Amino acid sequence: MTVRRIMGTEIEYGISVPGQPGANPMVTSSQIVNAYAARPELSKGGRARWDYEEETPLRDARGFTYTGALYDPAENLADEDSGLANVILTNGARLYVDHAHPEYSTPEVTNPREIVLFDKAGEMTMAEAALRAAHTPGIGPINLYKNNTDNKGASYGAHENYLMSRQTPFADIVAHFTPFLVTRQVYAGAGRIGIGQDASEHRFQISQRADFFEVEVGLETTLKRPIINTRDEPHADAERYRRLHVIIGDANLAEWATFLKVGTASIVLAMIESGAFDGSLAIAEPVAELRAVSHDPTLRHKIELRNGKRLTAVELQQAILEQAEAYCGPDADPDTREVLDQWAYVLDALARDPMELADMLDWPAKLSLLERYRERENLDWGAAKLQAIDLQYHDVRPEKGLYHRLVARGKMKRLLTDTEIIDAMTEPPADTRAFFRGRCLARYPSEVVAASWDSVIFDVGADSLVRVPMMEPEKGTKAHVGELFERCAAAKDLLDVITAD
Amino acid sequence: MAAKDSGGQSQSQRSRQEADAETTEAAVDPEIAERHEAITEEVDDLLDEIDEVLETNSEEFVRSFVQKGGQ
Repeated sequence: MTVRRIMGTEIEYGISVPGQPGANPMVTSSQIVNAYAARPELSKGGRARWDYEEETPLRDARGFTYTGALYDPAENLADEDSGLANVILTNGARLYVDHAHPEYSTPEVTNPREIVLFDKAGEMTMAEAALRAAHTPGIGPINLYKNNTDNKGASYGAHENYLMSRQTPFADIVAHFTPFLVTRQVYAGAGRIGIGQDASEHRFQISQRADFFEVEVGLETTLKRPIINTRDEPHADAERYRRLHVIIGDANLAEWATFLKVGTASIVLAMIESGAFDGSLAIAEPVAELRAVSHDPTLRHKIELRNGKRLTAVELQQAILEQAEAYCGPDADPDTREVLDQWAYVLDALARDPMELADMLDWPAKLSLLERYRERENLDWGAAKLQAIDLQYHDVRPEKGLYHRLVARGKMKRLLTDTEIIDAMTEPPADTRAFFRGRCLARYPSEVVAASWDSVIFDVGADSLVRVPMMEPEKGTKAHVGELFERCAAAKDLLDVITAD
Repeated sequence: MAAKDSGGQSQSQRSRQEADAETTEAAVDPEIAERHEAITEEVDDLLDEIDEVLETNSEEFVRSFVQKGGQ
């Protein structure tokens, strides 16, 4: 039993041009991505394209392939031809335009601490991209927000991906992951002023995303959003793996919130894979309870279970943690131990007073700022000033974002140093195939013509392109191929060695 | 203005100060009082900084933040 598995996050950032609400977000998002692509290590050689060969976003985990017109995969393939920018980074991440937002997908990593590292590297990448765009002639200032709603009815995602065993029945995931996801927001929520998709009721709620979820299970991600998303596109050997695409989470600024969000999820998935749950925590009305929990920052709301019992979200999380402790046992590896200990710590604090975590988690930090400001200025929750503070909390600029101002004052507990995060903007994780992808782009920028999660395509002057498939996410690591990159000065040398094996 | 207004605000300020004084006396620790004062100053400082960081026209800023839906 371990928290370790292949995982990653993908975050769509809010984008706006001050004073120009009508600016075309596809154009401005492309400007952001292209501005970052001008970085020295990315502008050597031609830009590598995304290889869509293995992508099947309409395959459903329940075993069928969707044939309706959700969206046309051909449109996806045409993205770059229509000018939507895409760049693959030397750390193995992908920075691109998706659904009118700039998006950062982290490289594949193996543990929650590295998720935080690369998720924060993504945030810093966005901040730098905006700075570079502002210095590009003809482009005005563009602001980016790591949040999930404009409070006018639109939401955009912060997705997590977990590689799982193909053998785990999908029905088990639906049954046992749902109660966890409905209640995880008590530590993973990013906070929001406004109830309802259009925020028409002026109150504070725990989560940015809760009001945008309408069904329990489904394939869609942009409308009728499901608590459990069934997209089944493993980007790996489909016989062995499933990639669980979790779309319900908020984008977090607080490092510990991200750490707990993915760390607890990975442990619960490991428990589901081992058949640890008996179904006694099943929630009667998951969609309604998701919202009810979010709408009550006092955390007193009682969730009704299918068996008639009533538990608060914190109590339900404590019940899951208790089982996790029993399941992981005293011999849990250090990564797993750290998640279990922090999980216990925050649940205890939440049960006493959520405001004890104002220096650790997003929603208590934001609520604490709002409450103090509200008190001083004597404002009601509908005040534009408070809405502005809510939004400004998520601004990625270190000098403007209120989360970042709290960090600068030493008011937020951290896991990482800025130096570590800056290194992660260019250095890939050592222990997944992202190492191979990232190093190929860093070492042979002119020869790599395309790449994807599970391939790198080279043009080394031969008659045809050479496609190196990477269907095993735990291969292509530094231990496997690190020495090869030192030995092979040219891409051709590398390919000679690989294809000879 | 505050001197004339003997009701609500200054009254509650006075009683808060008295309460603080009592706590301080009970603890007989001037360091705690000092620390308390430092925290209050820090909060004021942070709220002032928020004012500096926020766009001048909050209403316009909030209204013009319009996004296309995503995933």
